[in-house]
Amino acid sequence: MGKYGWSLPVAASSYAGNIDFGIWLIHAAMLGIFVLWGAFFIYLLVKYRAKPGVKAVREDHDDTPAHISVPDSISKFPFAQLLYKNKGELKSLIPDMIIMTFEIALIVFYAIPVWSKIKMHVPEDKDAVKVEIVAEQFGWNIHYAGPDGKLGARKIELVHFSNPIGLDRNDPAAADDVVMGNEMRLPVDKTVVIDLVSKDVIHNFFVPEFRIKQDAMPGMKIPMWIKPTKTGKYEIACAQLCGFAHSLMRGDMYVQTQEEFDAWYKSRLATIPASAKPVNAAEEF
Amino acid sequence: MSQTYDPTEFMGNADTHSGVTNAKLGVWLFLASEIMLFATLFTSYIVLRMVSTSWPWGWDALNVPLATLNTVILISSSVTIVMAYAKAYDKNKSGFQLWMAATVLLSLGFLVVKAFEYGHEFALGIGPHTSVFYAIYFTMTGLHGIHILGGIAVNGGLLYMSTQKEHWEHPLFLGRVEGAGLYWHFVDIVWIFLFPALYLL
Amino acid sequence: MSHDDHGHGHHELTFWEKYVFSVDHKVIGLQYLITSFIFLLVGFGLMGLMRWQLAFPGTPIPFFGHLFPADLAPNGVMSGEFYNALGAMHGTIMVFLGVVPLAVGAYGNYVLPLQIGAPDMAFPRMNMMSYWTYLPGGILMLSSFLMPGGAAQSGWTSYPPLSIINPGQTMWLLSMVILITSSLLGAINFLVTTINMRAPGMSLWRMPVFCWAQFVTSVLLLLAFPPLEAASVLQLMDRVFHTSFYMPKDLVILGKAYMGSGGGQPLLWQHLFWFLAHPEVYVLVLPPMGIVAEIIANNTRKPLHGYKTLVFSMIAIGVMSFMVWAHHMFISGMSPALGNFFLVTTMIISVPSVAILTCLIFSLKGGSIRYNLPMAYALAFLPLFGIGGLTGLPLGLTVTDIYLHDTYYVIGHFHFVVVTGSIIALMGGTYYWFPKWYGRKMNDTLGWIHFWGTTTSMTGIFLPMLFMGLAGASRRLYDPTAQLHNLPVQGWNVVSTISAYCLGVFQLPFIYNFFNSMWRGEKTPENPWQATTLEWACPSPPPHGNFEKTPVVYRGPYEYSVPGRKTDFWMQTDKN
Ligand code: HEA
Ligand code: HEA
Ligand code: CUA
Ligand SMILES: [Cu+2]
Repeated sequence: MGKYGWSLPVAASSYAGNIDFGIWLIHAAMLGIFVLWGAFFIYLLVKYRAKPGVKAVREDHDDTPAHISVPDSISKFPFAQLLYKNKGELKSLIPDMIIMTFEIALIVFYAIPVWSKIKMHVPEDKDAVKVEIVAEQFGWNIHYAGPDGKLGARKIELVHFSNPIGLDRNDPAAADDVVMGNEMRLPVDKTVVIDLVSKDVIHNFFVPEFRIKQDAMPGMKIPMWIKPTKTGKYEIACAQLCGFAHSLMRGDMYVQTQEEFDAWYKSRLATIPASAKPVNAAEEF
Repeated sequence: MSQTYDPTEFMGNADTHSGVTNAKLGVWLFLASEIMLFATLFTSYIVLRMVSTSWPWGWDALNVPLATLNTVILISSSVTIVMAYAKAYDKNKSGFQLWMAATVLLSLGFLVVKAFEYGHEFALGIGPHTSVFYAIYFTMTGLHGIHILGGIAVNGGLLYMSTQKEHWEHPLFLGRVEGAGLYWHFVDIVWIFLFPALYLL
Repeated sequence: MSHDDHGHGHHELTFWEKYVFSVDHKVIGLQYLITSFIFLLVGFGLMGLMRWQLAFPGTPIPFFGHLFPADLAPNGVMSGEFYNALGAMHGTIMVFLGVVPLAVGAYGNYVLPLQIGAPDMAFPRMNMMSYWTYLPGGILMLSSFLMPGGAAQSGWTSYPPLSIINPGQTMWLLSMVILITSSLLGAINFLVTTINMRAPGMSLWRMPVFCWAQFVTSVLLLLAFPPLEAASVLQLMDRVFHTSFYMPKDLVILGKAYMGSGGGQPLLWQHLFWFLAHPEVYVLVLPPMGIVAEIIANNTRKPLHGYKTLVFSMIAIGVMSFMVWAHHMFISGMSPALGNFFLVTTMIISVPSVAILTCLIFSLKGGSIRYNLPMAYALAFLPLFGIGGLTGLPLGLTVTDIYLHDTYYVIGHFHFVVVTGSIIALMGGTYYWFPKWYGRKMNDTLGWIHFWGTTTSMTGIFLPMLFMGLAGASRRLYDPTAQLHNLPVQGWNVVSTISAYCLGVFQLPFIYNFFNSMWRGEKTPENPWQATTLEWACPSPPPHGNFEKTPVVYRGPYEYSVPGRKTDFWMQTDKN
């Protein structure tokens, strides 16, 4: 079953494994819970079906706890009265306690640590690839900071179909910047630090193989990081309703070896005209 | 509703009744939802102010003297409606009508002042679109204004009802006045929060 | 005037007073019932069109395709705008015009006053008003399809900035404000009724679980809806007066700079919306849970296991539901630290829900289970809602939600809880209380056809969605095949679509059965299910004012199979 299938796609990023682990673990648990309950459920349905002449038997539930007498052996413990008299009720909480302990374990040992690793800290890494992703209706603009690791300034008045992100080529930091549309290339096994922004509405940067998904909020710059671990061609999808062409808003993601990547980057730099004249979008309308 | 059964007269059963009349309980619950409504708006106000880069001082942007006048008007109208209730309580019809009329007039006065305030801002070409500050200002005061209108309708209605025997002598009339009073106090309190939040902070 | 002699002193009402502008909670309940059924069918119809596009993207819609104007469906093929409009309206209609009015407006209105032994709602005229604001609100919502630009296209969640720049949203907001008002009127009425109008002896701890469910639900409606009302007003301002509550600075939309002043915050809407919409989803499920409890107690012929646990769990759910809203926003860009907090609260709220299911299942133990139609639905609810609830857990875990958010897994999750949960339970309620409404019972054979057809085809629709979600298929995709990673699971879409159409077909016996039984159904005695609760202690259908004389309550709601009695049920009203 190739890259995509009926289940999770291939895992191609450093933390994809952590996420898959959680997904499989909790689904195993859910299946367990469901099967156990289901079995018990069916058993009850069969065993207690109405039979002629057989009356239902009432358990003594705590609507009338008065007549339940607490054995002296435990009566001295705190709450013994309350708990014992309601034991009929409390029995039903046992399955709950089991599910709860499982959930607590998940939270403490899995969810919080992994979450903080993926979403809360961007790894400090000097030679990380720095990228800015500018989402718009209906496409992805990938803005590479280039060797200097500095993103060139963007100016809203420079926005133009020839310069969709309004990159200011006069800014020295922009000299080695490359802007791609709906095509993203990354070197394998290298941390990529991304600023996710949007020009218009909310979009969502989703690469199934990386198990990364993050809303692009207009007016916010959202930090994000990936570390691809497998070379290959993957898919960038938009996962947040952003208009009539939402489903067509996709891009290609190529993970390449460092050499391939560098070569490609040079070739892109070469194509930038020496003096990319800033065009003023204001005249457009 | 004379010819059909009217549960508003159903005073419940000694052992399962909360002791508060339906109408009063209803008003309180309604006010609970109103509190949620304005609480949301105040929360939004705080959030927007925190995220915004530039936020004008209320006293620069708005007309504090007029707003102070309105505060006085509204507070005194709360007093007059209490008086009206007291008069209704000891079955003093003319007294009730006097104080209720005063309440209605004061609330109309409030709206007139507000109209001047708005008019002045519009004259300067200022509107909700100008900035987030003015947006929240117009929205909150506007919504509050609508509540004032509602209050005027209710109080005016009671005033009119008091002129008719069967209403004035209706066992629930006093309760209705009380309900109206509760609502009016609420509208007043909202303004007590709006005034500093928008004009003084 | 004391409540005893209410029966007297009211003369014949005109047709209008009796059936249209009636103040009788029973008539209003039935008005709600039929109206919300019709809205359910409408929502189903919209979804039927979407399902075609999802299974066979780009092919003309059979039969109906050419009935639509060219801008919606150029030569019969659905357009992206139209698909989004259908999606948004399906969600809105189903939630706000279908299930809530059915669960609260219809069942609550009809059954609650009867079960607590009240002659009517506390405010009958207000009750009528809330129906007559609900209906226009609904019609306004539907009519937005006829507006230039069509209906709202931004999902039922209407996230700005999209909702600000998309057509149709203004109508959506206006009708939402109207519908919210209607719900608020209803909620106040229900609360006052439950607090003040209970029959003598009907202490809170003697109320049936259904009444408790309605009570908690009304509290949720009362406190959760106003924030959405406020949020909607702000969005309305953004659209009509070009304010910028939700619009940040420097937006460039399709190459044009946005004209507004900017300085707003799109996330604000999401917080306000979900602060309503999470409690809202429990509004969708608590009354159905109450119905299930009633039916199970009645057909196991024994008291519910853990009546108090059930009630406390419902209250706990009610309280907690105000503290979990941001689990819909884990990756929305809000501070990830908040994610951890809402992760914990979300896991906590699943605990009372599990407790409820556990109690309901334990209630079967020791019973003598009668397998009649209502019971079938109540039992089907348990495992199917179970699936829905369990699939909520991976969504609640921040980490796994990174991948599952906005995939069909979410769609699968909430349709399991809301369709195979709420809708199934509500259908069960129809079979259970039909004799009360019309003094006749619904036909069994048709009923069983409806039952098996509905449950199986519903599973057939929504189980595939879970697999698609795991494969990474996003929701709200006009053309799922446009994204490569969806191609392998496209087959599931076909399965799901076919099942959906089967589901539609299997509703026909129900609809026929419903209307046919109204007049020609087999007559039933006053208490056909040998139930113990108060609604069965008055004639069916009950007269105006419900009880000949105010009932007096002597015991808890589910005194079945009490040893040493010749009947196996002991009504709350029998002295001994
Ligand atoms: C009736 C409505 C309803 C109910 C009850 C629930 C219940 C729950 N929901 Fe759901 N949810 C929705 C309606 C509902 N939800 C909707 C409509 C959406 C989508 C909105 C949108 O984006 O459009 C949503 C989305 C949603 C999300 C956001 C997903 C995303 O967008 O990324 C999350 C995340 O935490 C979540 C979590 C939960 C949890 C933890 C529960 C818990 O309460 C569940 C607890 C229940 C259990 C744990 C079941 C216990 C099972 C057993 C005891 C076994 C029984 C078995 C047998 C009898 C055989 N839900
Ligand atoms: C209560 C809520 C509810 C209900 C009941 C349903 C019911 C159904 N929904 Fe819905 N759905 C939503 C709430 C609901 N949905 C929401 C909130 C969304 C998200 C929208 C968004 O993305 O913004 C959504 C989205 C949604 C999608 C995803 C669209 C997308 O993401 O692109 C799909 C896809 O298949 C779908 C399918 C269905 C199906 C097949 C049913 C079926 O189960 C239909 C069930 C209904 C019936 C079987 C009708 C029964 C009728 C009667 C019983 C009346 C009988 C009449 C008389 C007696 C007079 N729904
Ligand atoms: Cu961009 Cu969806
Ligand atoms: Cu939720």
